[in-house]
Amino acid sequence: MFVARSIAADHRDLIHDVSYDFHGRRMATCSSDQSVKVWDKSDDGEWHCTASWKTHSGSVWRVTWAHPEFGQVLASCSFDRTAAVWEEIVGESNDKQRGLSHWIKRTTLVDSRTSVTDVKFAPKHMGLMLTTCSADGVVRIYEAPDVMNLSQWSLQHEISCKLSCSCISWNPSSSRAHPPMFAVGSDDNVTYTGKVQIFEYNENTRKYAKAETLMTVTDPVHDVSFAPNLGRSFHVLAIATKDVRIFKLVPLRRETTTTSGPTKFEVQVMAQFDNHNSQVWRVSWNITSTLLASSGDDGCVRLWKANYMDNWKCTGILRGDGTPVNGTSGQAGAANTTGPSGTLASQAAAGGAVSAGRPKAQLMPG
Amino acid sequence: MEEVDVEPTITFIPGVNSQQNHLGFVWGPGDILVYETSHKAAGKQPLGPSCQDVQVVRKDEDIYSPILRKLFNESHHIFVGLQNIRDDLPSKNKKPQFVSISKNYRSVIRACMEELQQIAVSTRDLALAAQYGNQVSILLAVELIWNLCEVLFIDAAPAGSLLLHLLDWVRLHKAEVDEKARDVLRCESPTRHQFFWDVVISFVLQGRMEEARSMLAKQAALQPAAQTMFKRMDNLLLKMPIYNPSSTQTLTEFEVKWRQWHEECDACLQDSSFASNPHLETICKILVGDDDTLLEHKELLSTWYHYVVTRLLYTHPTVKPIDLHYYAQMCMDRFLDSRSPPEPLDSILLAAFEFDLHQVIKDCSIALNNWWFVAHLTDLLDHCKLLQSHNLHFGSNLREFLLLEYASGLFTHHSLWQLAVDYFDHCQGFGRVYLELLIERVPLDTERKALKVLRICEKRQMNEQVRSICKIMAKRALRNNRLGSALSWSIRAKDAAFATLISERFLQDYCSRGTFSDLDLIDNLGPAMLLSDRLTFLGKYREFHRLYGEKRFTEAAKLLLSLMTAKIAPQSFWMTLLIDALPLLEQKEVIFSVDQTHELMFCLEELTSGKAQPNPDRPMQEEDLETTKIELLRLALARNLAMAIVKEGTVEV
Repeated sequence: MFVARSIAADHRDLIHDVSYDFHGRRMATCSSDQSVKVWDKSDDGEWHCTASWKTHSGSVWRVTWAHPEFGQVLASCSFDRTAAVWEEIVGESNDKQRGLSHWIKRTTLVDSRTSVTDVKFAPKHMGLMLTTCSADGVVRIYEAPDVMNLSQWSLQHEISCKLSCSCISWNPSSSRAHPPMFAVGSDDNVTYTGKVQIFEYNENTRKYAKAETLMTVTDPVHDVSFAPNLGRSFHVLAIATKDVRIFKLVPLRRETTTTSGPTKFEVQVMAQFDNHNSQVWRVSWNITSTLLASSGDDGCVRLWKANYMDNWKCTGILRGDGTPVNGTSGQAGAANTTGPSGTLASQAAAGGAVSAGRPKAQLMPG
Repeated sequence: MEEVDVEPTITFIPGVNSQQNHLGFVWGPGDILVYETSHKAAGKQPLGPSCQDVQVVRKDEDIYSPILRKLFNESHHIFVGLQNIRDDLPSKNKKPQFVSISKNYRSVIRACMEELQQIAVSTRDLALAAQYGNQVSILLAVELIWNLCEVLFIDAAPAGSLLLHLLDWVRLHKAEVDEKARDVLRCESPTRHQFFWDVVISFVLQGRMEEARSMLAKQAALQPAAQTMFKRMDNLLLKMPIYNPSSTQTLTEFEVKWRQWHEECDACLQDSSFASNPHLETICKILVGDDDTLLEHKELLSTWYHYVVTRLLYTHPTVKPIDLHYYAQMCMDRFLDSRSPPEPLDSILLAAFEFDLHQVIKDCSIALNNWWFVAHLTDLLDHCKLLQSHNLHFGSNLREFLLLEYASGLFTHHSLWQLAVDYFDHCQGFGRVYLELLIERVPLDTERKALKVLRICEKRQMNEQVRSICKIMAKRALRNNRLGSALSWSIRAKDAAFATLISERFLQDYCSRGTFSDLDLIDNLGPAMLLSDRLTFLGKYREFHRLYGEKRFTEAAKLLLSLMTAKIAPQSFWMTLLIDALPLLEQKEVIFSVDQTHELMFCLEELTSGKAQPNPDRPMQEEDLETTKIELLRLALARNLAMAIVKEGTVEV
């Protein structure tokens, strides 16, 4: 792998989250400088900032895109105890010429009394629904009943987790066999208890009920991430805690008498890696869940891959080169010189004569 | 396949201090974005200067090379052809097909390699030339491995033929000797050329007796004194028996003949026939398979696998496949410097000689930076039923794993993703799910691209993806105020709610402007009209305008009335419809019959009765306008009723 290009994000403070839109042609960044920026990728692969605005009155922790079926919609959450929904409106033509777009605030969700730590849209088959979780230990699920009018959001569910919440992840499965389900993680470091809870929607009570607590995860949890279901009967959940853990949740067959209760799961640990040495902060799957990426206190991003026998191993590490940067602009050109021609050329030089016919590329696939 | 113990590759991100801060990341299509961040408690500032750049990190895959793209395109055709070979043919009949497919794959590799080689030579950019050169050397190795696998696994030649194939393999990949021979022959006196004997011996090492003889003849002509000696060597070379698989000769008969010849060579050595010419003496020693002599020519052999084949040629020409590994291991050990560990290519070839397919595939996966080779080779071997025989339960699993990896890689490329679709189609386990996940992420930059993606999904009955793509396009078109496009996409998405919404917008536009846009679309709705009530009304209402425009008044009137009586039109629109009826009521001839006029009157009453109370919110002018309209209508309806009664009461004479 190599650094193909560099984008001068130009936030005035620490970046907390970067989020790609569904098709990977746009991205959004958010920062402690209380702003969100939207970036568009041109045909030549360059990223251009097309909008930048103040979104909150505190650090913006996370920013996320709604599915494009609902239009160009962003949600953000902040230390200022709110989450907000933003919609891009088609601007006047001179704005378009200047490559700018307009985002207007559709709603501010003010129900939390503490910092809103995560915000996620529910899978699109459930409609336009937004979930927040906050340090006060409450998960809130909002719905926009009219997708043409994003200024109306109603609080549908308020679920108390009794522990300060740090992260949520929806199970993306749209199979009828799987009721809506999400996992919520807690970074509470006071109580000794399971820090990941799984909630499931009950068709009869029309409420979310706790289906499972992962009792083996007792250390603070900073991120959770469901893998795409791939048509399997079980679910795969990655967790960032003092290590990276991958769990398999196998729904147990329901007994006919207890159909009203939540699904019970057999919980298996598929893999566990402590290579980050200490806390792990983020875990995330690629589109087909063949790769898991994690970042931790070692300052690295690690890529994990299973072979076809389901043996997991680290296949790549991204690490800062440690050189401080003098000034933030004008870096793109310098970074570009470390492109593929550079790395491959040195390989070829080591490989010697072409006619020798020996491959020197020792790079791991994947 | 046991766990692969390879150190993960480390990629350094410029400007980020990993000791003090964290690295944040997000997955993108074909890349990862990373940025410096800090996850420490809220409010605390991170230590040290913070880097404000977001870095785009990509896999260094070959899919972005324009020349290799040809490799991917052409091998895709071969792959699809291979999948279509019928399963029910007995495998004996399929073998020639498999061999020819294997050769096709190899010729694609060779074509690519030659093109790269040419470009590498002609380019002036040194770094680029080196990059191309590197790719050439990888392709060379890939072709070398593939060819050996073809000989050993796919063709699976028996003893006798086996060595002939191996000789071909060595000759193909040790073509330097031909170049050298050309140089030698081009010079004025080839026999004095410094490489003359190198070329002759190289020919002998590859078993190319004819060519060796014709070179020797030149030397003989210059040394009349040594005529008999040269004649003797020529005779040995000429008489060396070569196994002919298509002749009636049995392997045993061949072995007898070969042994006789071998003894003859040996005799020549014993009676010092060539003692006066060290070169001929060397050749004779090679012919009897003298190991020390062979190893003295490491330079000319250049590789241990050439050494294996040459050694077998002159000691065990009827070697059986199952004995190969023994010779290969021995020759490798003798040939390579025992201090340096074997390189990846050596281990891969050795694994092939050992018929350890899984080891070959595993080592190739590690040594190469793309999945092209392992995916295609494994697929071919799987079709040959070679993976199953090793281990029943993971043969096709391995094939699918590799194909999925390869195809997923193609999907990150802006045009190659289309090839990947066929690969996914031929992965029974997860192919479809992968395709579903990846295809919905293909950016729908243009309508054309959206249609292309849509066709692929429709062909595979991926209903959810079809719906989603149409919905995205409809939403986008609406945002940009392209109502026609938005309507046709929502019809494709069978999205009733959205179609209703857009129909409303059409009707609003009509009310304010008096004309319809996108007439073509609305006129040709057909059964799609039934998707939503409002869309039905839009279609029917437009049909009324068309009939009216064509002066088919009676039909127009009937339709207009039915829109209200059948409750197709929303009541909010009735006034507009009644006003539309005005010109029909005022035609010279009677269009609405007595009954129809009555019905129109009922409609008007139904509409106005509910509104007896004047709406206080409405401005007076609007209220007045409304009253005027109603009065006009009442008058016109009454007059029409009168005329209709007269007309219907009149008996035609």
